[in-house]
Amino acid sequence: MKKTIFAGFGGQGVLMMGYVLAVAAMRDGREVTYLPAYGAEMRGGTANCTVAISDEEIFSPVASSPDFAVIMNNPSLAKYEGTMKEGGTLFLNSNHVNRTIARDDLASIAIPAVDISRELGSERIVNMVMLGAFVTHTRMMSLDSIKNGLSEITTHTKASILKLNYQALDRGAEYILKGCAQ
Amino acid sequence: MDKKQLMRGSQVIGEAAVRAGCRFYAGYPITPQNELPEFMSGAMADLEDGTFIQAESEIAAINMVIGASMAGARAMTSSSSPGISLKQEGISFLAALELPAVIVNVMRGGPGLGNIAPSQGDYFQATRGGGHGDYRSIVLAPAHGQELADFTRDAFEYADRYRTPVMILADGMMGQMMEPVVFPEAVNPSELPPKSWILDGAQERPSRIIRSLILDTVEMEEHNWKLARKYRMISNEIPRAETYMTEDARLVVIAYGTAARIARGGIRRAREMGLKVGLLRPVTLWPFPDRAIREMSRLVKDFMVFEMNTGQMIEDVRLALEGRSNVHFYGRPGGIISTPDEVGKAISSLYYRQHLKEDR
Amino acid sequence: MEELVFTRPRYLKKTPFHYCPGCGHSIIHRLVAEVIEELGIGDKTIGVPPAGCAVLAYDYFDVDMGEAPHGRGPAVATGIKRILPDRIVFSYQGDGDIAAIGTAETIHAANRGENITVIFVNNSCYGMTGGQMAPTTLLGQNSTTTPGGRDARRDGAPIDLSEILALTQGSVYIERTAVSSLKNIIKTKKAITKAFKAQMAGKGFSLVEILSPCPTNWKMSTIDACRRIDETVVQTFPLKVIKDETE
Repeated sequence: MKKTIFAGFGGQGVLMMGYVLAVAAMRDGREVTYLPAYGAEMRGGTANCTVAISDEEIFSPVASSPDFAVIMNNPSLAKYEGTMKEGGTLFLNSNHVNRTIARDDLASIAIPAVDISRELGSERIVNMVMLGAFVTHTRMMSLDSIKNGLSEITTHTKASILKLNYQALDRGAEYILKGCAQ
Repeated sequence: MDKKQLMRGSQVIGEAAVRAGCRFYAGYPITPQNELPEFMSGAMADLEDGTFIQAESEIAAINMVIGASMAGARAMTSSSSPGISLKQEGISFLAALELPAVIVNVMRGGPGLGNIAPSQGDYFQATRGGGHGDYRSIVLAPAHGQELADFTRDAFEYADRYRTPVMILADGMMGQMMEPVVFPEAVNPSELPPKSWILDGAQERPSRIIRSLILDTVEMEEHNWKLARKYRMISNEIPRAETYMTEDARLVVIAYGTAARIARGGIRRAREMGLKVGLLRPVTLWPFPDRAIREMSRLVKDFMVFEMNTGQMIEDVRLALEGRSNVHFYGRPGGIISTPDEVGKAISSLYYRQHLKEDR
Repeated sequence: MEELVFTRPRYLKKTPFHYCPGCGHSIIHRLVAEVIEELGIGDKTIGVPPAGCAVLAYDYFDVDMGEAPHGRGPAVATGIKRILPDRIVFSYQGDGDIAAIGTAETIHAANRGENITVIFVNNSCYGMTGGQMAPTTLLGQNSTTTPGGRDARRDGAPIDLSEILALTQGSVYIERTAVSSLKNIIKTKKAITKAFKAQMAGKGFSLVEILSPCPTNWKMSTIDACRRIDETVVQTFPLKVIKDETE
């Protein structure tokens, strides 16, 4: 069982990352829950969601100590660093996260996701760069599963936009595979 | 193609309602269930015979449901705790008028405005009738996404079968969470059994009255006993409970809804430590599955009631057991969702305590 | 040769009215039943009686009748009408029912333009419960809860609900009449006919407010009660077509 928190500002595609991951996990035949923060917690511009993926029954969809966190901004790092499971891994959008990490048991993977998406000509795919890096590093599932998940939930999206998102996933994965994030 | 869909709990209820033949929804916005009326507004617009009304109040919404039910439709409303308080007048009338309807309560923290986090603070209100007068409502307590779909279907079936309001008692977590769901086949409302009692204009038959005012005390008593007989029949026919690892259990946790789901995790952890513990989960909260609990008391001397409140269902457990076994309590009110580890610790510490006592 | 000139309308049951002597409900019930018969809609009409003196209206009207909680008539009627749009649905309500506890339901049903007809019986008091102040009780009028008369500063002034409803986009026909005299009764029947016709034509929300005598709680004879309507009540609640967009 692995629990991941995706956190950042509203508009950074935080909920979308979790949603795509959850749909992909479902199609891979895994048990999955997706729990977004809601209501007053979302006011003030922050957004987060928790995805639990398991081969067994998921008892609680809440991550009191997440295995992974995909962190899109500084406030989210401040909020979740302390709650991480011992030895957990942080995936940082390093263009927006510049705080140092206090805990020495956590691994952190820094991805300049904004730079990478700019290279692809759009800043609206930062989340997919992060997600590509995330699934590649965690080996949680194949990139193809993620792409299938994405295409399933974006049926009204133009083919060109979908292709751009695939590229973002690929570039995020590539960044990990090349060892750049270490 | 895999029929599984990843869907938010409140929308699962909506989709399942439409598939159950629900063609009328009226509601009023309240967190954490706004996605349900939002879903219904679209779903009803897509149907030729669907009606969605955003009512001016919770009270108006439940009364619109009364009207739609009188006219023969499968009708539903939904809200969260403070809104359900407002609907109680209408629920009492539905029971008295013997009208089928489905009411969804996505519980949040209370009393008062409380908060919007998941809670089980409305157990008493739901199972005791909630409104005024001598009546009961059927209360179904789903624990995960698939059951939101299945129980919504069941709710409409029970409502029609017994001509009585049925409540689906969910909570904020269930309403917001997405899980994989497979929906049952859709029912065509025109293929449902015809209702012989509805108000649709007298046409060739004598005119009908649907009323709850019965000034004559003897007649009123008769009506009360008639309802009571119906409730007894329901109590014989539909109580449901689910068990988990109870075969050899010496301590059994009793929990429903989200608490039951968390409790399974706690039990799994306690089992890993070698403790003989299990779960009995009431699926229908009214009628309460007291027979299942009573039968279990022949082998189990300790029950631990776990609720996301300060202790409500525990009263029904005590009534079911009538002193046969010890009843302990673990609760987290306020919208706190316990972790399976925390519940596992509560279970194991109780287990050791009771064992030491036995061994002495 | 005998000629039948007066009989019980087809859509009134053969049940004696329980209403007090001189009460306007009996007349209004009769008018509604006559209109239902004349319009030929008896087999497709569904009525919603209120809580209040007319709570037993279902014992008199020989059409399908479904009870509403106090004040919720327009909401219940909304539910019925939306499911069965080709039926004729009316709610029958008193002043406390419609203008106090059910204000929200009434205003919003009108505002949505629900295609229903409301018969609003204004007797300026709570009759069933024993003559307490209603939202329509006149200034200075004695009631069991306004000793010494209704006082605007203490109790608020009578509310002009029909005028308020006329302001909503969805209302198409609103008229205030009375059953205090033969002339007014004939006018009332015309208004009820027009209201039901508006619904039959699918125009929207129609309402007839009917000033009605309550000799028991006003503590006067029927004749004096009718005179009070014509001379006093109409000063606060003038008889008129308040809104007519049926053409």
